[in-house]
Amino acid sequence: MAQRGILEYDAKSLVTRLWNDYIGDSLICNFRSVLVETEDELDTAAKAQDWLNQPGLVVKPDMLFGKRGKNNLVLYKTTTAGDVSLADAKKWIHEKRINEIALLNGEKGWLRRFIIEPFVPHSIEQEYYISFRSETENDVMAISACGGVDIEENWDTVTEVFIPVLSEDKEAKNLILSQIPDEIQERNAVGTLAVGLYSLFKDLHFAYLELNPFVIEGNTIHLLDMVAKLDDTAGYLMQEEWQGIEFPSGFGRAGLTKEEKFITELDEKSGASLKLTILNPKGVVWTLVAGGGASVVFADTIANTWGANELANYGEYSGNPNTEETYYYTKTVLDLMTREKDDKGRNKILLIGGAIANFTDVASTFKGIIQAMEEYAPKMREIGVQIYVRRGGPNYEIGLRNIKTAAKKLKLPIDVYGPETHMTDIVAIAMEDANA
Amino acid sequence: MSALFTPDSKAIFWNNNVKAIQRMLDYGYICRRESPSVVAIVHPSSQSSVQKFFYGPHEVLIPIYKTISDAAEAHPEADCFLNFASFRTAWETTMKAMEFNNIKTLMVTAEGIPERLTRIMVATARKKGKMLVGPSTVGAITPGALKTGNIGGTIENIAKTKLHRPGSAGLVTKSGGLFNELANIISINGDGIAEGVAVGGDRYPGSIFIDHLLRMEKNPTVKYFVLLGEVGGTDEYDVVEAYKEGKLTKPIVALCTGTVAKHLSSGVQFGHAGAKANSDLETADAKNKAMKDAGFNVPDNFNEFPVMIKDTYEDLVAKNQVSAEEISDLPEIPEDYSAAKKEGRVRKQTNFICTISDDRGDEAVYAGVPISSLATPETGYGIGDVITLLWFKKRYPKWATDFIETVLKTVADHGPAVSGAHNTRVTSRAGKDLVSSVVTGLLAIGPRFGGAIDGAAKYFKYGADQQLSARGFVNYMKEKGEPIPGIGHRIKSLKNPDLRVKALIEYAKANFPSTDLLDYAREIEQVTTSKKDTLILNVDGAVGVLLVDMWNALGYSDAEIDQMIDSGALNAFFVLGRTIGFIGHALDEKRLNMPLYRHELDDILYDVDVAEEMTVRVK
Repeated sequence: MAQRGILEYDAKSLVTRLWNDYIGDSLICNFRSVLVETEDELDTAAKAQDWLNQPGLVVKPDMLFGKRGKNNLVLYKTTTAGDVSLADAKKWIHEKRINEIALLNGEKGWLRRFIIEPFVPHSIEQEYYISFRSETENDVMAISACGGVDIEENWDTVTEVFIPVLSEDKEAKNLILSQIPDEIQERNAVGTLAVGLYSLFKDLHFAYLELNPFVIEGNTIHLLDMVAKLDDTAGYLMQEEWQGIEFPSGFGRAGLTKEEKFITELDEKSGASLKLTILNPKGVVWTLVAGGGASVVFADTIANTWGANELANYGEYSGNPNTEETYYYTKTVLDLMTREKDDKGRNKILLIGGAIANFTDVASTFKGIIQAMEEYAPKMREIGVQIYVRRGGPNYEIGLRNIKTAAKKLKLPIDVYGPETHMTDIVAIAMEDANA
Repeated sequence: MSALFTPDSKAIFWNNNVKAIQRMLDYGYICRRESPSVVAIVHPSSQSSVQKFFYGPHEVLIPIYKTISDAAEAHPEADCFLNFASFRTAWETTMKAMEFNNIKTLMVTAEGIPERLTRIMVATARKKGKMLVGPSTVGAITPGALKTGNIGGTIENIAKTKLHRPGSAGLVTKSGGLFNELANIISINGDGIAEGVAVGGDRYPGSIFIDHLLRMEKNPTVKYFVLLGEVGGTDEYDVVEAYKEGKLTKPIVALCTGTVAKHLSSGVQFGHAGAKANSDLETADAKNKAMKDAGFNVPDNFNEFPVMIKDTYEDLVAKNQVSAEEISDLPEIPEDYSAAKKEGRVRKQTNFICTISDDRGDEAVYAGVPISSLATPETGYGIGDVITLLWFKKRYPKWATDFIETVLKTVADHGPAVSGAHNTRVTSRAGKDLVSSVVTGLLAIGPRFGGAIDGAAKYFKYGADQQLSARGFVNYMKEKGEPIPGIGHRIKSLKNPDLRVKALIEYAKANFPSTDLLDYAREIEQVTTSKKDTLILNVDGAVGVLLVDMWNALGYSDAEIDQMIDSGALNAFFVLGRTIGFIGHALDEKRLNMPLYRHELDDILYDVDVAEEMTVRVK
């Protein structure tokens, strides 16, 4: 649960859907945009929306990464700006989606979603910038008359307005209106837009909202590019407003795997916390770590000793999950871990780690782990799994005793340690055993 | 500035989290606090107004209030508010608690409060000068004074990690789980902590490292600091700045975790919401470097942490800056029965025995059969089966359960004029509820109303057991001076038979393996009807003897059947069946909404003499 990026398409839909409520009808914003995964989908869309058949389209990937212009990933011209036809757009989408691409920053991945909008002819001087972000004590509005792809280089043209989090609406409005840069021609319109967007940013639990650039023509606002993050913890308050908006995975990361999705759903249903990210299914070190803090320390230590590429998964369970939840969590990890033998013929390492729990019942969480181990013991023996346990907290003696007995009965090699052993020592012990 | 808590600090606890509160009380007890650290519980949905807790070996009551205002006003001595509400209610309850001047320190455990609400809460706390710990934390502990909820873990762990008395380290962490781990490391490699705070893993904590370290700088018990940060946020830089400015001077051991983040794709969200670097500045490596450059003792990794703490502590000992006293005699806390039982170390005799149903497992069972496997029609179980499972702990063959259902249907009602139904209607018209109305009907069931089933079974069985002839039985009853239960009807006779009885007999003849007692009763009927036409075997009688025949056929012994009769099991069929009718009468009255019933005066013979005056008579 945290700040999560949303699609440009969804961000624009959200803002334009609430446009009249927040910005009012003195300014007009026409939302013409389609989101597609393939050129065929665009073809279908064009049958329903005629504007797509007129030349003058803009096509961009909608994959939660920025600097698309600099990465040469915005199609707005073939020979001259504004001449992109439906056929050009389809061809371009096809080309961009069939091969893995690399960004300037080195990230690699596949383009899976594209946003298509009408081309808006304008000059670079018309491109304005506005963004809102959250800091502990203030919301920060950043605004500049020099928007566009070079905003970072032009950051000295940006006016930052700090709006204290406890400000009344009126105070916020005055603060914003008093600091619209002089370079902006349409001060009134931009003021109205900024005040409205700020309220929307606040009410709709945005964590970040950026329009770069936007262009004003008369009383029409063109939202040429938008980036937004929502605070997903507000989801329970925003069921109506967000209308089930999705939090897609970013560029370079495939969508959640089946297993990650399963744990995410388990987590959403539970009062406890259950997290799983598969980092490298071929990694040799697998973790079942309790606690948000401890899991990071284990990941650090494994990366330091074994190398980050050997770390198969990141995850944690905490907040006293019940036996059933730890059973399903463990089962998921064990299933992933035992699908194939290690490439180099090594035994795989399973670290069942954790700090000294405050209130999580070690005996009952371990009971779930043991149940899953019982189920997967034959597979674990087949691919070779070496288990190391370190844990403390309520009923840890029973938990440790039970897991040791269970592993012996299942003929799974196991080393079990309690709070007298430094938490992450099992990482080094596992390393020594592996090298012996 | 003093420590966060003193031995006099008192808390209002939101949510009736019995385990966490008990741990706080246990902690206070071993710290030899004068009184419990929790003075009030706020729990709007609580039914009771007090909750029992142990304080050492004794029980104490802590009041439960529905609202924060009630609790805060009733307990002006409370200076802390410990909020264990869920993420849905944590915000409004914390905001409310901050309205009270006596509340100085607040702690919020909930994880997942919307960030904007959290920021409003944090800003409000700062504006009002409140110390807010959390959200998303296990809180704080001042050894010897107070701990919030579960921090420090079990009481055994607290003793082991020396958290019951002040040591010399001031500990601040993000993570609550690692707080315990660090307390353990510090107890092994130093002399424990003087106070400690887990600020919580959220992006916007109510108080941050620097807030607590600046306070600890002024707390003379704290001799050195231990800080465990993590990737994300810039709070560690505030601490670095404070050293540069000389606001912090005590030695510090510090580490930022999450160095692994640089190897991982940016999509990985760690367990803590705040654990994500949004810029190079927020990475663990950058923060560790900045802290090292500022002269902090920064271990290379978590494995080196103990050594670095040990070196720092021993250096202070060498300089005579630390001389922590050990208090060795901890007051004993009696072990909890439930924990001891779980581990199989105690046993006790039970006061009740139940042999018919069990609600302890996944699903409640009737005599071993889960409800879901008998409730719906396709399971093949009817209400007759449920009755035999719960009443007799057996599943009867279909002819027997069909008979039981026939009995229930037969006795379900007999019009509004009979005493029980009349009672029910009169009570209902007096404005009483359904249960009261039905109960007044049930209370009329006894030897004269409905009770003939028991009696018939009892006496007919006696006669048969004693091998009395039909005439001999009639004489026996005559000598006893009692009418024969189950014999006689107001209008029905052999010529004009009670069709209900006829049907019961026909069913039994067709389906029962044997009907010996019925046959005996019908012989007796021949004798009685020869005296008077209407002295037939009535419904009560037929049911009574047929139930005995049923049990005989099912192989129950004479003694078992006598026990059934004695315990009122036969009467039970009438009670159960007739309850259906009583409920009907009560509902009927509710629908009709008739006024209070008052009996007609002309239907009462009044024969009231003036009461005789009693006088004392000397014997």
